[in-house]
Amino acid sequence: MRITDHPILGREKPRKEITITVDGEPVTAYEGDMIAAALVAAGWRHFRLTRRHGEPRGIFCAIGRCTDCVMNVNGRPNVRTCITPVEAGMVITTQTGSGEWT
Amino acid sequence: MEETDAAIIGAGPAGLAAAIEVARAGGRVVLIDENSRPGGQLFKQIHKFFGSRTHDAGVRGITIAHHLLEECDRFGVTTLLDTVAYGIFAGNGIGLAGGGRTWTLHARRIILAAGASEKALPFPGWTLPGVMGAGALQTMMNVHRVLPGRRILMIGSGNVGLIVSYQALQAGADVVAVVEAAPSIGGYGVHAAKIRRTGIPILTSHTVKRVLGDDHVEGAELVALDEGWHPIEGTERQVPADTICLSVGLTPLTELARMAGCRFTYVPALGGHVPLHNWDMQTSRDTLYVAGDIAGIEEASTALEEGRLAGMAAARSLGLLTEGDAASKKADIRKRLVSLREGPFGRLRRELKEPFMKGREITHAG
Amino acid sequence: MPAEGIGKRGYCTLEELKGTPGCPGDERLCRGAVAVIECLQEIPCNPCEEVCPHGAITVGEPITNLPVLAEDKCCGCGLCLAACPGLAIFLVDVTSGPGEAEVSFPFEFLPLPEAGDGVAAVNRNGDIVTAGTVLSVTNPQRNDRTPIVTISIPREFAMEVRGITIPHRGKGQR
Repeated sequence: MRITDHPILGREKPRKEITITVDGEPVTAYEGDMIAAALVAAGWRHFRLTRRHGEPRGIFCAIGRCTDCVMNVNGRPNVRTCITPVEAGMVITTQTGSGEWT
Repeated sequence: MEETDAAIIGAGPAGLAAAIEVARAGGRVVLIDENSRPGGQLFKQIHKFFGSRTHDAGVRGITIAHHLLEECDRFGVTTLLDTVAYGIFAGNGIGLAGGGRTWTLHARRIILAAGASEKALPFPGWTLPGVMGAGALQTMMNVHRVLPGRRILMIGSGNVGLIVSYQALQAGADVVAVVEAAPSIGGYGVHAAKIRRTGIPILTSHTVKRVLGDDHVEGAELVALDEGWHPIEGTERQVPADTICLSVGLTPLTELARMAGCRFTYVPALGGHVPLHNWDMQTSRDTLYVAGDIAGIEEASTALEEGRLAGMAAARSLGLLTEGDAASKKADIRKRLVSLREGPFGRLRRELKEPFMKGREITHAG
Repeated sequence: MPAEGIGKRGYCTLEELKGTPGCPGDERLCRGAVAVIECLQEIPCNPCEEVCPHGAITVGEPITNLPVLAEDKCCGCGLCLAACPGLAIFLVDVTSGPGEAEVSFPFEFLPLPEAGDGVAAVNRNGDIVTAGTVLSVTNPQRNDRTPIVTISIPREFAMEVRGITIPHRGKGQR
């Protein structure tokens, strides 16, 4: 959910819309979004699956320290989506464990 | 570039303040941060700071952040973003990685201002999506303007837990309760009062027994604790929530200081392992300084002042400031630090830090 | 120690408050609008002292001192309400009309109420104690995004009411 108006931060400024693809589905993001923020805004809760049991993990630290948010971005695995800005046309997929180059 | 006077790792309040002081004195400064934006945790602090009015009290953290960035620009600080300092090697070489390449930056002085990371509190179900650090919620709301949930359960009643609960309400989410294992509230009374007037319960002597939900948070089971901090059987109750925030303390990010061979001390109330430093913020390695939460968990206001101190001490040691000039400026900052470390909350930090800040000063350049 | 209650409950009782130098006495309260400073712990902080144009608030050194309200110098201008980083200062006027009082408080939430709105007024514990009417909502530039809401309530609640309900609290989302 996006915070369009906020008592301290004010109204959201208009930004350029960008479409990224996540697990095959288009997700609307805005220029300047971190990938994880765009996903959270779109209601995403699961970010990666653990290696042994395939359990879902969601964002935990949101500042690039814990790696719970890593996804495969444009073929590269283990990208920390909480500190990586979106780019138009990004293709993102959920990874299991330490992921693979695709 | 490959060589500079001062390299500062971490562009939060401590790093920014240090960079400004060295650059102001005429030194070449490279400020390094792995994030794509500088400011550290400051851009999450949308509340007004305490302290002395003559030093930014009553000003919102975000405003202070903007001022610091403007000053960095003004004094010509070179800032490298999206750049990781992955190591410190012999001869003050810093291993940097960014933009798909790696290189080594040699700095005559290094200031580590890498900050801290949130501690975790494991309990059954803590790995479910929806359990996150309080700082994570704060980042999502105040920096990225998104809400990861609408019904927040806050674990921990220190200042971070209380402030982030208040900010969750400002962002449009609801806070179900603040849960505190200790018998009293950890943070400032005024922060607690702000959220009590909104009706948010603060449950002291309680903890989370387990998370409810299959593949994401749907609620939590809380349990009361006795005087020995043991769960009291039969007091369990369930509360609905879609997000559980952990606000259980911070710990300094000290990997680079360890790698550089700095000596440490262990002080739980300051976050754990803290690099030994003196009043010049100088570590056991002469040309390496620390400032901010990496030097012991405190606040943004103390981080700013420690950054100024480290920057000034580094500038003096580089011969960029005269002894007299540096001494009087440092004395002012130290007075402010002492003042920030007063009162029932601050006094403990002062009593913990001061004993190991022995008076070894640098009095000559090089 | 006066701060014990607030450290345990998260809010102070009227007795605890009356023991502090920032709380005006009953006599001063009866004379008209006055600041009520609900600051009970020694924290390094002094914007209230610096912002008061009448010298009615003293913190001094060290800045952990509890603020002292000089009752006779306080004219109830309310500048201190937005300046306090702890949002711990209120304005109370029990002389606004027969059986009435006006209470002003900082309110940093959306939606902001509007003059004329009927509101549910809450005490320090967040419990609704009475109904009130919004008289004004001010948010000048100098407040740096801390609006001040003034409501009219029955006089007997003047030293209890410290806010109004927030619509989305308890309901999951604004």
